[in-house]
Amino acid sequence: MIRPARQPLTVLLYLATALVVLRGTGTATEELPTFFVPPPPFSEGIFPCSECHADMEVNQKPRELTEHTEIAKSFKHSPQQRWCFDCHNPDNRDVLRLANGDLVTFEESYKLCGQCHGTIYRDWKAGVHGKRTGEWNGKKLYRLCVQCHNPHNPRFKAIAPMPPPDTPLLIHNQKHSGGSIRKNPLGKIE
Amino acid sequence: MNANNTDDKLEKTFTRRGFIKGTAASAAVLAIPVGSTDASVWQSFFQNNFHEMSPEELQDTIHNLAKKYREKYQADFTIKTNGPRPDTLFGYGLDLSRCIGCRRCVYACVRENNQSRDPQIHWISVLQLKKGEKGVSDLENANMYYAPDEVPEDGYFYMPVQCQQCENPPCVKVCPAKATWKEKDGIVVIDYNWCIGCRFCMAACPYGARHFNWGEPRIPKEELVTETHYLGNRPRYRGVVEKCTFCIQRVRDTPGRYPACVEVCPVGARKFGNLLDPKSEIRYCLEHKRVFRLKEELNTSPKFFYFFAT
Ligand code: HEC
Ligand code: HEC
Ligand code: HEC
Ligand code: HEC
Repeated sequence: MIRPARQPLTVLLYLATALVVLRGTGTATEELPTFFVPPPPFSEGIFPCSECHADMEVNQKPRELTEHTEIAKSFKHSPQQRWCFDCHNPDNRDVLRLANGDLVTFEESYKLCGQCHGTIYRDWKAGVHGKRTGEWNGKKLYRLCVQCHNPHNPRFKAIAPMPPPDTPLLIHNQKHSGGSIRKNPLGKIE
Repeated sequence: MNANNTDDKLEKTFTRRGFIKGTAASAAVLAIPVGSTDASVWQSFFQNNFHEMSPEELQDTIHNLAKKYREKYQADFTIKTNGPRPDTLFGYGLDLSRCIGCRRCVYACVRENNQSRDPQIHWISVLQLKKGEKGVSDLENANMYYAPDEVPEDGYFYMPVQCQQCENPPCVKVCPAKATWKEKDGIVVIDYNWCIGCRFCMAACPYGARHFNWGEPRIPKEELVTETHYLGNRPRYRGVVEKCTFCIQRVRDTPGRYPACVEVCPVGARKFGNLLDPKSEIRYCLEHKRVFRLKEELNTSPKFFYFFAT
């Protein structure tokens, strides 16, 4: 929804796979409930990464890339620009790697984000940052952080608003109600 | 609070009974459906106020309504009448630090709740406010007609306003027909077949949240939502008042679904749940965020909470 170019397909995918259950592995100290999340919003054909990376030599050095150039060019996440391996796992590109060395799947990328964005992560787990759909007292579908934030350039993108309400009609209505005009529902009747 | 509620309820039941016998009946005389031979017209004229009906009467009423809707819209409607569930008091939270003013909620609400497209009725209005000192205090002059290419616009934040589901609703107090009341789960509802269109409730509402059908409501046939609740999104009539019900037709299901506006919000600014459940996300908001309510000084005690998460 937030990355407009992929919208229609991704939305369909969400619907089709909305109820795939993905169990958080969790660490010993942290008790995570089971979150229902839509699948990661990969671009078509990019996953599994190992299709290319399995046979590639790993080059740990930050450098100008000849592949994934869009990502490298638009990369904008935190003041001290990061390198890919802050998040990606050099040894198996199909999973992400946490700072402590733990590996997590892309279905659990929220754990990666949660390392550096603790408060937001806590709010997200409570259903307050980000969004839930489904049942308020039953099954809930969460959204991954990356469904709303591009991990490489996470600032939330502006979108087009839907049309404003009809003004002329409003004025017409208010004539009926005794000539009162309000600027908005909270305005004084003038 | 509980004990209070019960007293309140008892008292209301008594006064209402007396009132209806006296006043509403005579007011209704004006609108007797003279000339109509259709039994169902008469039946609905003498129909009791929704929450006074026996189960049999209720079934009859629903049956007749569905029949009339079928004639009018050539569509089969489901009209639910399920009541409040126990131990439930609905509350709503809106995170103003996330809302970007995109109005997706406005139109999802129109669609889900069968609001008239022309004349246009919107249960949700989104106000655009300047960031800074005055902020939330200058509500009266906020603009709701903004239309830039993209939102959010720099220097502004956005505040959607809809029925605040007051615990102490002024609209209910002024209704001479007792056609609007607060349910046990906290939702303020309207019986559209009992509303006489006097619009006192609109004048009494400090939030401009009630809307009047000046004309015959019009909805494109292919956009009709036929899964309805009697007190919620069933089609309305010219001359009656309507407003947000927290999507009563969704939230009272078992299990209960989120309101349409919550589900459509692309930034996840809208939160909904049971205020009596300490594990609900709405309780989390109340306990972890600094929340405020609109026009707190009026003592309407809304169950609609605004907050800034960051
Ligand atoms: C802040 C952590 C982070 C950093 C730093 C990062 N990535 Fe990613 N990257 C992710 C996450 C999380 C995903 C998964 C997104 C999803 O689920 O769709 C991802 C997805 C990708 C993808 C698949 C994108 C697609 O089109 O679906 C590629 C390719 C990629 N990263 C390459 C890179 C490269 C190259 C760098 C360094 C320039 C980099 N990443 C830096 C977190 C990161
Ligand atoms: C079509 C083949 C292809 C696929 C699929 C692919 N990559 Fe790559 N990727 C490459 C190539 C080639 C490079 C090396 C570019 C260079 O050295 O200039 C690279 C480089 C990277 C780098 C930079 C660090 C490094 O190893 O040099 C990251 C990180 C990365 N890929 C992550 C991913 C992730 C994550 C996925 C899956 C979501 C993915 N890639 C899928 C071809 C691919
Ligand atoms: C290694 C630490 C680290 C990880 C992992 C990380 N971030 Fe960040 N992120 C940062 C820092 C540092 C900032 C900059 C904070 C600031 O400017 O206040 C930031 C900023 C952001 C912002 C604000 C961007 C803006 O311009 O407003 C968002 C949104 C964000 N991150 C989302 C994510 C998501 C989603 C993930 C997981 C894919 C993630 N982050 C993973 C460190 C991290
Ligand atoms: C439903 C969409 C959505 C999801 C899911 C989501 N966010 Fe956000 N996030 C937002 C919006 C909207 C903002 C406000 C952005 C703005 O003002 O530009 C935001 C802001 C942020 C910021 C900036 C700091 C702030 O408080 O404004 C960070 C960091 C962030 N999110 C991290 C995350 C992380 C980590 C996750 C997953 C655990 C996540 N987000 C999930 C929509 C989302």
